[in-house]
Amino acid sequence: MPIEYYTFLCCIIFGIGVIGVLTRRNAIIIFMCIELMLNAVNLLLVSFSKMHYAKAVAAGSEDVLTAASEGQLFVFFIMVVAAVEVSVGLAIIVMMYRNTHNVDINFLNRLKN
Amino acid sequence: MTTQQLIFWFLSAVAVFSAIMVITRRNPVFSVLYLIITFFAISGHYVLLNAQFLAIVNIIVYAGAIMVLFLFVLMLMNLNKESEPQKNKYMLWSGAIAGGLLMFVLIDAIRPDGQVPVYDGLSGGNVGLIKNLGRRLYTDYLIPFEISSILFLSAMVGAVVIGKKD
Repeated sequence: MPIEYYTFLCCIIFGIGVIGVLTRRNAIIIFMCIELMLNAVNLLLVSFSKMHYAKAVAAGSEDVLTAASEGQLFVFFIMVVAAVEVSVGLAIIVMMYRNTHNVDINFLNRLKN
Repeated sequence: MTTQQLIFWFLSAVAVFSAIMVITRRNPVFSVLYLIITFFAISGHYVLLNAQFLAIVNIIVYAGAIMVLFLFVLMLMNLNKESEPQKNKYMLWSGAIAGGLLMFVLIDAIRPDGQVPVYDGLSGGNVGLIKNLGRRLYTDYLIPFEISSILFLSAMVGAVVIGKKD
């Protein structure tokens, strides 16, 4: 498949995630939309890694595996950071629910109370 | 239309449809389930792009661990009723229009200029296998790998400290 199709798909999924963050009020759904955006970026990085592989093969490079695996390793580290982010973020949301008995972000416009 | 294109369009349609369903369902439990479907479709894309290790890690970490954590928190909070107060129609529409405009700007901004080689999906099958990626991970990327383990440890301590009932 051409690389344009993957950029279009990833932009559409990323845009859906942005729309979700802007329109929803529930903190957990906003968090899930952030995960959606992270996955769109991951898919784009993997497709770019495949594009670099094709480029290295076309250029006749002898170490094509190195050129192709950079993007995939970057995606691996993004997944690590996303797992960390989810654990800490859900702990924060649980603490917030314990204090206010709600996860509506309109109740969070002040840091006081 | 070849088989690969057929799989691509099917997975793309599933991913986009279930992503839309994630942000439109009122019940958060349905949103979590549709998000799991989206992650499976993206894992299918990874297999199509010769990233087999990332596909498995995506299923295990995202659909297996993170989404179960989300579902667990939702059940714990008893939010599985339709409990979202939708306050303002204008805020909703302005958010949707702003996000859609950002989507079009992104599509136009990262459009390639025609110099990109068109690749076939079947070559390079051993790029994304654990043999290649593990070798790179333990030689060239050893320091970030170890730092990420420290990051996990600190996040674990932080989550326990934040979530502890005092």
